[in-house]
Amino acid sequence: MDGEGGVIKKFLYVNRKAPYGTIYALESLEVVLIGAAFEQDVSLVFIDDGVYQLKKGQQTTVDSGIGVKDFSKTYRALEGYDVEKLYVDKKSMEMRGLSTSDLNVDVEVLDDAQMADLMAQQDIILSF
Amino acid sequence: MKFSIMVNEGPYQHQSSDSAYQFTKAALEKGHEIFRVFFYHDGVNNATCLTVPPQDDRHVVNRWSELSKKYNLDLVVCIAAAQRRGILDDNEAKRQGKNASNIAEGFRISGLGQLIEAGIQADRLVVFGD
Repeated sequence: MDGEGGVIKKFLYVNRKAPYGTIYALESLEVVLIGAAFEQDVSLVFIDDGVYQLKKGQQTTVDSGIGVKDFSKTYRALEGYDVEKLYVDKKSMEMRGLSTSDLNVDVEVLDDAQMADLMAQQDIILSF
Repeated sequence: MKFSIMVNEGPYQHQSSDSAYQFTKAALEKGHEIFRVFFYHDGVNNATCLTVPPQDDRHVVNRWSELSKKYNLDLVVCIAAAQRRGILDDNEAKRQGKNASNIAEGFRISGLGQLIEAGIQADRLVVFGD
């Protein structure tokens, strides 16, 4: 699917919530996947508890956890949708005792100023 | 200016639907264009005609329907989010083998592509949510 009349905008998806406590993370991912068909300039950031969405080793089945579908592997598939710009907020990650080696996907770590710059460059910011 | 609006929270539970309505109404009255209002997450609950609030309170659902009628406003409910939460139109009810539908007047059910398009087409996409 082509962008609307060739228009390409910069879309930023801001993921701020832990993956299973609310549905925001899952439904954000659904927007990203559908949106990929529009060939826009897409970036994702993970901030606050949103960094947990990328955590390796999630166990959510009935036997091992809360009995909810584990969608964490979908983040690894984003590359196949040409969604390759994933950013993590440095402070959010460090405050939670995480490092990039705890995460499922390759990300770029941004400090506050870099995050502000990234947001300032966008046309559309969808915050989940 | 051409706006698109996104509503991410349910009626009565959260102020975002009220704020989105007030913003949309004010923008239209000032002569701006609203390309589309897109309902997502629990925001899809703004679109059920089975809502029965107390008589001395605002009717959030009817208010959207009336605004839609007056301004020919495009109110779109995300199909995936709606099906999870039991919001169906006649077609979907039939397709899913359900014996009832509950989409309110003026709303239509469609896909997430409508949200992306709303972002592309409008000068501003304004998100109301948590």
